[in-house]
Amino acid sequence: MILKAEKLSREFIRESRGTNRFIAVKETDLTVEGGIFTVIMGRSGSGKSTLLNMLGGLLEPTSGKVSYDSVDIYGLSDGELSRLRNGSVGFIPQGQTALHSLSVIENILMPYTLFREDITEAEKYAEELMERLDIAELKNEMPSALSGGELRRMAIARAVIRKPGIIFADEPTGDLDDENTETVFGFLRDSARAGAAVIAVTHENTASKYADRVLRMTAGELQG
Amino acid sequence: MSIFKSLPFRNIAGKPVRSFVLVLLTALLSLTVMGGSLIVSSLRKGLDSLEARLGADVMVVPYEQATKTKIEDIVLQGSTGYFYMDKTFMDKVAEREGIGEISPQFYLASASSSCCSIPVQIIGFDPETDFTISPWIKRSYGKELGKLDVVVGNDLNAFVGDTLTFYGQECHVAAKLDKTGTSYDTTVFANADTIKALIQSSLDLKMNNFSDIDPDKVVSCILINAGEGYSADEVVNDINLHVKKVKAIKTKEMITGISDSLSGVSEVIGILIAAVWILGVVILLLAFTMSVNERKKEFAVLRVMGASRRKLAAIVLQEALITGIIGGIAGVLLGLLIVLPFNSVIEETLKLPFLLPGAGGIAVYSAAALIAAAAAGAAASGISAFRISRIDTGLILRGEN
Repeated sequence: MILKAEKLSREFIRESRGTNRFIAVKETDLTVEGGIFTVIMGRSGSGKSTLLNMLGGLLEPTSGKVSYDSVDIYGLSDGELSRLRNGSVGFIPQGQTALHSLSVIENILMPYTLFREDITEAEKYAEELMERLDIAELKNEMPSALSGGELRRMAIARAVIRKPGIIFADEPTGDLDDENTETVFGFLRDSARAGAAVIAVTHENTASKYADRVLRMTAGELQG
Repeated sequence: MSIFKSLPFRNIAGKPVRSFVLVLLTALLSLTVMGGSLIVSSLRKGLDSLEARLGADVMVVPYEQATKTKIEDIVLQGSTGYFYMDKTFMDKVAEREGIGEISPQFYLASASSSCCSIPVQIIGFDPETDFTISPWIKRSYGKELGKLDVVVGNDLNAFVGDTLTFYGQECHVAAKLDKTGTSYDTTVFANADTIKALIQSSLDLKMNNFSDIDPDKVVSCILINAGEGYSADEVVNDINLHVKKVKAIKTKEMITGISDSLSGVSEVIGILIAAVWILGVVILLLAFTMSVNERKKEFAVLRVMGASRRKLAAIVLQEALITGIIGGIAGVLLGLLIVLPFNSVIEETLKLPFLLPGAGGIAVYSAAALIAAAAAGAAASGISAFRISRIDTGLILRGEN
């Protein structure tokens, strides 16, 4: 899958900062192809997460467009875009994002069950993912019993359960120790090797040693 | 059921306190609708039943009694009492213009009785001319009542075959009437021969306030149906103008007092229901808004996974509907548990005729209360469902919304 962003920008209205207009992302062009692990680095508030959300179809840009395999995703209806996100996009949001009323395995399988009933095939793959991410023993635990690192690995397994063509990761190692950080970046690199286009935004320098391509974001500007 | 489809149920189970409060609120709404409508409808049914049981347009009573006692209390509200006038008034009234049907009634209040904890009103009627009581007594007891045979009201603790003693006379319970929801449920009925015998016994025992009467020469009141082409008003006016020492009363006027009380009670119940509903729906609205606000990130995560706006709204609505149905059922059951076993207490407290609807009617009120509670929950969550369907996932994930 090829992701293409053209003249993508986003403005916010923020009176608290003393000005009405705040440009989080200045006009940006970006192309990401399958099999490539792209890391976008930058300081907090540089616009990385905003860019990622726009690329992932979660935040409508002020201007410009985002296309997956030439399909303008913001030209789609909400139902169509939701289906596309469910089938082709794996998104690992910042922070803890577990659904607390569901067990670990149910959290992981949730994207799969949004549009279908039969989960036999996905259940096998979920178990395989949990093995790879070292959370197999926690299968039936509730999220409240998991540590931060385990929750993050669960979120990663959930993001890739549909074998998406594009994976977005927003600060995937934000609150993790070194060992968990290595596990997460290693997994993302393997996913890229398996053919997915992987984009991670992070301020973690370790990420660069796993990435095929490292971009920097400074004050809303993406620099190659 | 898929994991996604089970999510509303899991969310409800996962937040027991929040869910309990929502269920409690909807139960309260359903209880007010169920209890309120059941009470109002029972009162209306009681009034209808009373109207049907009275069955006469005009009642003629001794003038002195009409000014001294509230005749309505004796006739309609179950107070015990008795009064007599000379039988000749019956002939004088019968001669008047516009009289269709005419029949006497005889009253006696028992001093004590083995059957009841409350003093019992005994009403005697003349089977030859009666047109008010006989028809519905015949429905419960197919034969004519013999001497010292009595028919008892539904609320009295006496059954067919029992013997009741009134003023030393042993009376045989020939039938027990169906529930009417009126004072007739605590009344004993007898034919003219029986009541004359009982009046005589009360006189012999010196337990009758009217010591110098001859039971064969007195009646308590005269019931009249206006003849064709005459109105009850015309008959009343004519009797009051031409027959001295009696007072004719239009029976509808006697019921008017009860009808007014019923309207007052219905109005109070209506206001209470409205107040509880306004308060309940506002609290539900706040509860859903707070609940959805605190779960914004959860909904944003679902959106990230590919849930459409419609699916998010459906989750909120389903949760509201489920708690609404559970609460609705709880409220209906609670309403039935309060109104059914305590209907006689309600009747006594309100002092109005009270007749519960049949099983079909109760089922209709239950269904209406259940639907109303579930709909209130769904409506109160509607705004939250709409808001959650409009969330800006990107901003919520960034912690800015």
